[in-house]
Amino acid sequence: MDLSIYFNLPLWLRLAIQGAAVIAVLFPIAAACSMAERKISAWIQGRPGPNRTVPPFLAGIPIIVPILQNLGLFQLAADGGKFVFKEDPIPGHVNKLYFVLAPILSMIPALTTISVVPFGAYFDKAGELVPIILANVDVGLLAVFAVASLGVYAIILAGWASNSKYPFLGAVRASAQLISYELSMTLSVLPVFLWVNVPGGMGTLSLFDVVQSQSQPGLWGGMWYVFLMPVSAFVFLVALFAETNRLPFDMAECEADLVGGFHTEYGAFKWSLFFVAEYCHMIVGSAVFVLLFLGGWNPLPWIPLSMVSDWLSLGDNPVLLGALATVLFIGKVLFFIFFFMWVRWTLPRFRYDQVMKIGWQKLLPLSIGNLVFYAVVIALLERF
Amino acid sequence: MAPLLFYLLSALVLGTALLVVTSKNAVNSAMFFLISLLGTAGLFVLLDAFLLAAVLVLVYAGAVVALFLFIIMLLGMKGGERPPLSHFAVLASVVAAAILGVGVLSFVKHGQITASIADAAVPATGAVLKSYSAQLFTTYLLPVQVVGFLLLIAMLGVIVLSKRFEGMEESK
Repeated sequence: MDLSIYFNLPLWLRLAIQGAAVIAVLFPIAAACSMAERKISAWIQGRPGPNRTVPPFLAGIPIIVPILQNLGLFQLAADGGKFVFKEDPIPGHVNKLYFVLAPILSMIPALTTISVVPFGAYFDKAGELVPIILANVDVGLLAVFAVASLGVYAIILAGWASNSKYPFLGAVRASAQLISYELSMTLSVLPVFLWVNVPGGMGTLSLFDVVQSQSQPGLWGGMWYVFLMPVSAFVFLVALFAETNRLPFDMAECEADLVGGFHTEYGAFKWSLFFVAEYCHMIVGSAVFVLLFLGGWNPLPWIPLSMVSDWLSLGDNPVLLGALATVLFIGKVLFFIFFFMWVRWTLPRFRYDQVMKIGWQKLLPLSIGNLVFYAVVIALLERF
Repeated sequence: MAPLLFYLLSALVLGTALLVVTSKNAVNSAMFFLISLLGTAGLFVLLDAFLLAAVLVLVYAGAVVALFLFIIMLLGMKGGERPPLSHFAVLASVVAAAILGVGVLSFVKHGQITASIADAAVPATGAVLKSYSAQLFTTYLLPVQVVGFLLLIAMLGVIVLSKRFEGMEESK
């Protein structure tokens, strides 16, 4: 395969193409998640789910079209088309500027965080493992947290600008929840970086280095951190549910007591932007979890990617190896998306006081204790 | 490219900072403050201080301004037209601006920055995680401790102010 045409392009054009390519994958996955959600909920509740919609001019084709019809893919296309073309009214009592700005603000952090998340790796000519990533910065995880924390403004502004009771209550609840669980989330990943940053090293927060330290040979080197630090993984996972506003923590929406929460006044395209943003947050959050605790693109614990590339002798074929790593990684992420939906249709929603109690009285002490425990253990291991 | 970005970001930071103070609506002020902070983070990125930029966005833009908005919304749902400044506030801000102006002017006129040190120091401390934390625990240990102590006092003050001591007063 001759790739020299691509590499002869100017740098800014290549970067723009790379960014557009990542969004071109992320955005449809996020949109398809809404149909997956409906299908999985139907499966859990023992009903078929959306399976009727089919365009008339395709209805006669055998085998392929009925399969797509049963998967609800035409329903997905119809829903997407509806969101784009249906009337998008702005209620008279809202603050127009912030009402329009809020859905846009919800998309920006959701699509920006993916730029510092590595999603694959390959061997370059020198035999070094190189990450497939848009911006390989040293502060990787901190950048994800920083940009993701800006997502709270979309909810606050949407609720405030709607200028009515239920959106306002939803926004206040959601922003308090997001700020509370950010603490536990940040504290829960610190043991991982204490473990990664051995004394004498550079000192890094890069997500690529975390995966690298889970791909070493030997019993300890190949171990995924979910086995080494189960409490960290658990706290991070619970905080992730709260940060992405998913059930059992969806205080922002809470349709049983708040109509629709912060997006009660929204409809059509603006509403769908909120939802695509939520799924993007889920995808990026799952990706970070997979990188931190589940070995990233390594297929199995103790079997790193380099071993697989030796078996298949893909070491000198960066395109195939990169594709294999990316597919492995996306597979793990998609499993996590399924896990999110599985939990949503299994557990009931927490009450608001329970959410606050879990966040401040259970998760935060647990994550602080976890951090102190690993700090002591790692210090003792270094000593002896 | 970098000088152009520097001037653009500086103009953004200063312009929005001015709008924070002058805009009538408190929600608008908070949003301008947010943009100003993001611009400052951009300036840090231009200095290769990625860590400082990320921390600034995480703590100030992500949490502090969100809490500001939270309070503004809890106090008044309309976002509140700001009451006009009192005479004392005007006087205080004029004096503060004058002191700041004199300080900047004297720094420009009499300050001595040796270029070689400035160039060498730019990427070193804030850019690499390790050197940054080493500086915090050695050179700047005292300021860090003092700031931590101040924050602790502020936290205790908040607890005292927000906790209702109803049961205790009744027992007296």
